[in-house]
Amino acid sequence: MSPAVMIAQDSPRRMSAGLAIDAVSHAFGPEPVLSGLSVTLPAAQVGCLIGPSGCGKSTLLAMIGGLLRPDQGRVAHPFARPAFVFQDPCLLPWRDARGNIAFGLNALPMSRTECSARADRLLGTVGLTAEDGEKYPRELSGGMRQRVALARALAIEPDLLLLDEPFSALDVGLRRQMQALVRRLIDARGLTTVLVTHDLAEAVRMADRIVVLSPRPAHVAAQHDIGMPRAARDDGFVQAEVGRLLADPATAEALAVEGLS
Amino acid sequence: MIPLRTRLAQALDYVWGGWGAAASLLLLVALWEAGHEAYGTLVLPSPRETFAMLWRMTLDGRVWPAVVETGRNALAGFLGGVLVGGLLGALAGLSDMMRRLLAPVSTLMLGIPAIAWVVLSLLWFGGSGLAVVFTVLVTSAPVVFASAAEGVRSLDGALQRMARAFRVPRRVLVWDVYLPHMLSYLFPAVATALALSWKVAVMTELLSGAGGIGDGLATARVQVDTVKAMAWILVVVALLLAVEYLLLEPLRRHVLGWRRELPGAETRDPQGI
Ligand SMILES: Nc1ncnc2c1ncn2[C@@H]1O[C@H](COP(=O)(O)OP(=O)(O)OP(=O)(O)O)[C@@H](O)[C@H]1O
Ligand SMILES: [Mg+2]
Repeated sequence: MSPAVMIAQDSPRRMSAGLAIDAVSHAFGPEPVLSGLSVTLPAAQVGCLIGPSGCGKSTLLAMIGGLLRPDQGRVAHPFARPAFVFQDPCLLPWRDARGNIAFGLNALPMSRTECSARADRLLGTVGLTAEDGEKYPRELSGGMRQRVALARALAIEPDLLLLDEPFSALDVGLRRQMQALVRRLIDARGLTTVLVTHDLAEAVRMADRIVVLSPRPAHVAAQHDIGMPRAARDDGFVQAEVGRLLADPATAEALAVEGLS
Repeated sequence: MIPLRTRLAQALDYVWGGWGAAASLLLLVALWEAGHEAYGTLVLPSPRETFAMLWRMTLDGRVWPAVVETGRNALAGFLGGVLVGGLLGALAGLSDMMRRLLAPVSTLMLGIPAIAWVVLSLLWFGGSGLAVVFTVLVTSAPVVFASAAEGVRSLDGALQRMARAFRVPRRVLVWDVYLPHMLSYLFPAVATALALSWKVAVMTELLSGAGGIGDGLATARVQVDTVKAMAWILVVVALLLAVEYLLLEPLRRHVLGWRRELPGAETRDPQGI
């Protein structure tokens, strides 16, 4: 591993600095997945990664969270407590919903009563009842599982939230509801967030910065900032903005591949 | 933690659920009685005679030592089998090369009928208890092997990554992720192996005259004493039921409780020789 590779934990003085991904390349075996990819995201902003299936979005997210070291390049951020919502909810089948939500709290110095109180609170936050809290993952619907996974991530009060297509198992109504919920939570806590999605409309609804990745091996095909405050983005705005983004040839090309494959 | 009241309620539920089992057993006894009336004592002694004989044998002090003997041999073989099968399985789960080496051997061992092992162990160990232990060991080890291998192999999966992402301490990783995972793989296999070990032990004893319940059965056969044979069979059945309902089923509920109420799910593995 080259000495240039490191997950930097910057000093608190530079807390206003955000996420910096600098010329990251990675390969699984001979086939490169990421090639010289650079992205930055200011703190307290939401970045959306969008790109064709298999281009390396989940891989990049794992690097940001420190689960994977890039072969080359550098991922740096000042955040001490990242939290994941994985593409697959990844719940412990042998713990009920409440136990799963509290799982991450094992890493924190907290008493049992504090843990369960917080788990109870988060059940409510993601719209689950106390009864749902007693259920095991296989007794929950796909959408409920996804919400448990979200609650588990929020429970540790992260400073960096990494969401890998967290709404993909939800029906349209619930998806909109959860998007609104996550948006509110992010805004209320000023959480720096990276959200992976397949859905350009979702990206426009949620993001401050949209990063469009090319097909594998991924590099940044296009990048768009959205200035409008999240709360003010109504359906009309979202539609118009999606149209505007797709008018950009680089964006359209990167995303069109998805339609073909 | 589960409150005491809920636990108590669960225990009562379990005992109450026993009525269904009792009813089905009594029905079987009724059929047995009907068979006795149709064919006579020489073919099928009546339940009453059989239970009386069992009682007499117990008072004579013949049943309990036999149960202890069979139990000791079966348990020793079973523990050995779980240990050998579990360790080799873990090795096979850790290394692909070991798996390629060991998996065919395990499949082959599974394919060899228990009775063939009985014959071999008689030739090797004569009529001693060791023959019983050996037979039980070699028949139960491959049952455990495959599950242990699969369990260890799938340890390093998405859940482990998730635990790493949440940076939980090692203790939590072992206790909350690895252990339940291994149990969910191992428990059904170990339960199957335990039920199997009784049957194989009795069979080996019967053919080797090494003492225990099987020896009692063999003696009954030589004396053409159907009543005695049935009494011994009752002993075996009672032991099987006791192991299943007093040991395995409560454990299963405790260990695999999270699998409850799965529509159409079979939590119990098919058993048999
Ligand atoms: N652990 C791994 N070992 C080998 N190859 C991998 C591994 N993880 C990912 N890959 C490969 O890397 C590529 C990118 O995977 P990744 O999961 O990052 O894609 P993605 O953009 O998240 O796709 P999707 O939108 O379908 O989730 C894929 O082609 C995949 O096959
Ligand atoms: Mg992905």
